[in-house]
Amino acid sequence: MGNISNLPIPFLVLSFITILCALYVVTSKNPVHSVLALILTFFSISAHYVLLNAQFLAIVNLMVYAGAIMVLFLFVLMLLNLSKDSEPVKSNLWGVAAAISAGLLLVIITASFQKTGIAIMQGNAPEIGLVKNLGRVLMTEYLVPFELSGILFIAAMVGAVLLGKRDGATVQEIMDLNNDANNA
Amino acid sequence: MLNIFQSLEISHYIYLSCVLFCIGLFGVLFRRNAIILLMCIELMLNAVNLLFAAFSEYMGDKDANGQMFVFFIMVVAAAEAAVGLAILVMVYRNTRKTDVSFLDSLKD
Amino acid sequence: MNSIGLILGLPLAGFLINGIFGKNLPKSIVGWLGTFTVLASFVIALGVFNDLRHAAIPSEGLHFKLFTFLNIENFNVDFSFTLDRLSVMMTLIITGIGSLIHLYSIAYMHEDEGFYKFFAYLNFFIFNMLMLVLGANFLMLFFGWEGVGLCSYLLIGFWYKNAEYGKAARKAFIMNRIGDLGLLMGLFLIFHQYQSLDYSIVLPKMADGSTSQAMLTAISMCLFVGAMGKSAQIPLYTWLPDAMAGPTPVSALIHAATMVTAGVYLVVRCEALFYLSPITNNVILWVGLATSLMAALIGLKQNDIKKVLAYSTVSQLGLMFVALGCGAYTAAMFHLATHAFFKALLFLGSGSVIHAMHHEQDIRQMGGLKSKMPITYITFLIGTLAITGFPFLSGFFSKDEILLAAFDHNKIVYVLSVISATITGLYMFRMFFVTFHGTYRNHHHSFDKVHESPWQMSLPLMILAVLSVLGGLLNLPSYLGHNVSMKLSHWLAPILPMAESHAEMSHNTEFMLVGLVVLLFVLVVLYTRNKYVSKNAVPEEDALTPSTGKVLANKFYVDELYDMVFVKPLELLSSLVDNMIDSKLIGGLIAGVSTLLLAISGLNKKIQNGNIEYYLTFMVLALALFLGFNLFF
Repeated sequence: MGNISNLPIPFLVLSFITILCALYVVTSKNPVHSVLALILTFFSISAHYVLLNAQFLAIVNLMVYAGAIMVLFLFVLMLLNLSKDSEPVKSNLWGVAAAISAGLLLVIITASFQKTGIAIMQGNAPEIGLVKNLGRVLMTEYLVPFELSGILFIAAMVGAVLLGKRDGATVQEIMDLNNDANNA
Repeated sequence: MLNIFQSLEISHYIYLSCVLFCIGLFGVLFRRNAIILLMCIELMLNAVNLLFAAFSEYMGDKDANGQMFVFFIMVVAAAEAAVGLAILVMVYRNTRKTDVSFLDSLKD
Repeated sequence: MNSIGLILGLPLAGFLINGIFGKNLPKSIVGWLGTFTVLASFVIALGVFNDLRHAAIPSEGLHFKLFTFLNIENFNVDFSFTLDRLSVMMTLIITGIGSLIHLYSIAYMHEDEGFYKFFAYLNFFIFNMLMLVLGANFLMLFFGWEGVGLCSYLLIGFWYKNAEYGKAARKAFIMNRIGDLGLLMGLFLIFHQYQSLDYSIVLPKMADGSTSQAMLTAISMCLFVGAMGKSAQIPLYTWLPDAMAGPTPVSALIHAATMVTAGVYLVVRCEALFYLSPITNNVILWVGLATSLMAALIGLKQNDIKKVLAYSTVSQLGLMFVALGCGAYTAAMFHLATHAFFKALLFLGSGSVIHAMHHEQDIRQMGGLKSKMPITYITFLIGTLAITGFPFLSGFFSKDEILLAAFDHNKIVYVLSVISATITGLYMFRMFFVTFHGTYRNHHHSFDKVHESPWQMSLPLMILAVLSVLGGLLNLPSYLGHNVSMKLSHWLAPILPMAESHAEMSHNTEFMLVGLVVLLFVLVVLYTRNKYVSKNAVPEEDALTPSTGKVLANKFYVDELYDMVFVKPLELLSSLVDNMIDSKLIGGLIAGVSTLLLAISGLNKKIQNGNIEYYLTFMVLALALFLGFNLFF
């Protein structure tokens, strides 16, 4: 393991931001803050992708995660009218147990990797992560999985619609329900 | 940008990914709000994605296999988020709660 | 297709068609189909009978081998049939009376919803009965034997919605099963001894004297146990009165005319065997005599019209066995035939009465029916006269032949048989007078509604009445002249090589004995007429029966005795096993296992609290554990 001071500044900074935001995601009492922090995390991960010569992934990550999925999360949060007040709180004991479990796993995984050799990254040709190259691979070598993922999406979409649908329930009714829940 | 990697080792990305993954895991264990739980799962998936991209770079992967994998994980993650949130809305509708500790009917 | 195949196949076809399609066929087709298949069998059997009359070798019959049924090393049984003089006689009785009773049933069962089932069963019964008498080996006989048992069960329990009837059916089945076990053991012994079951092989070997006396006795006893079950002899007779739960045509066909005579047929078929085992012969003689007397005594106090007839049947079967025990095989067959005529007639007549009375069977509820039902009255009178031995009717000749044989054999047996025959007269006339004379006593159904039965019912009655009158012609006693007499004896003589002709007693003795019987008959008629017609007495109510009569009315408490000796100890034992071994030991073991499992799962349950967080935490910890284990060890 190399000396940490030898590492390039961008990597260090990005890693710092990523971990910080990630920690905020899991510790924030307010779900909306969590979502926003997660979006930040995704941005920094996208930056990592750029560093790793995966430019297209970086863009897709922003669009899919930060753009679509997190908006979906936000939307659900707003729809269900969840805020800091409704956030269930766990005892500290749980926090300790969870921290110990996660930390233990972290230590052990790290220790496992410690056994593997340390190697300098070879580096790709920069154009490998460009959309032109990826698109070619996707449409030739990965054509079948690509199509399958399309089917997966349709299935997920149908499932989500079915699950979300209630007989004759309108958005207004759901809002009313929420109000009832909050008033109660 | 090539020069950046002269001093970067794959292990740094491994550590970063592990830390992110374990933070996500901690969140899953610690939080009870199902939405935060889903978000933590997304975080864990992203940690893995990052590692894939790093390994793709590390292997000098000419066919971009690692990046392709990230791509498919994103697909799965998006599907999972959609269905998971739909289930969540459903659960909320029936129980008025998003607290997973109340969903203990597995017991019976 | 040869005649045996047709005789057997037609009722089977009737059974299959009625059984499978009967539900969707109109009742008229079902009924007439069932009747005509049996009638056709009868006609074919008549043709065969004619052929056999002119056969070159009288002891030979027709043979028909369908296929080899079993062929295991030296054990070879064919699915084959033989139609000789004995079986053609049985076949004629079965199909002849069978077709009459089918015809009768068309009207009798007309309103029953199980009409098609009834005819299917009846046809199936005819098929099985024919298989019994036509089989060329003991195994075929056994098939038929079991088949008629099954049909008997099905038909006794025909109105299965009545639980009592179902019980009666079961009782008959189980009682028969006890007898069947004896028969089966007999078959095993026969096979053990002769390595074959074919009559044509076994019977000559039995006759040639090479078999030890003990073996012959054992085999014959086993077969006789089978005969006891089927022919309702002491101690296995109690099922027959209960079998009256079945529809009346069934009682007439199965429990009077045909199936119950299977035991007699079996003994006659194995004449060589029984003739050579005097011990068994004596057992048969005394069992038959005891049955005859006991059933006759019980019959005196029965008030159910069918029960009286049932005990009468048991009594008459006992008389047949007396004849067999005396070695008078022809007399037994003769009485079998005439009994089939008049007992079928009586049963059908009682059925006609029951039909008219809307299923009232208690004779105390009847009376004065003669004006309303002239045909039934006259035919029933003929039947009664025939069974009680009115001179020159069928029963007179056949019973006298048995009595003569008994006289020849043993004077005590003779006296007891005469007593039994006299009692027969008492209870038959008692029933007859109470039913048809006097005044009408039923208050539930008005007398005006009592009606004569339709022609399908009265025609068989008339035919059977004619047969009952003329049945004696089969085997007129020798004192009536050699040209006309002893036809049946001559007919069966080739089949019964062992039975020596009886020492001719002087005609004077015969006349004297016959005269005695006729005298007794006249006294009986006068006594019963005086009591039940002139004094218009009615059998007393159950509660008022005096103590001796009570014993008779309760059938000597035989059912209760069996219940106490066999059923109660068994029940006690099973309840003991149930309470001690089953619930305590086995149940305890099983309960222990489940308690243990419950305890273990109670522990597990605390972990399985259904909370996802616990699961996740444990999952992560386990993951760390495995990875760590992998890492450090």
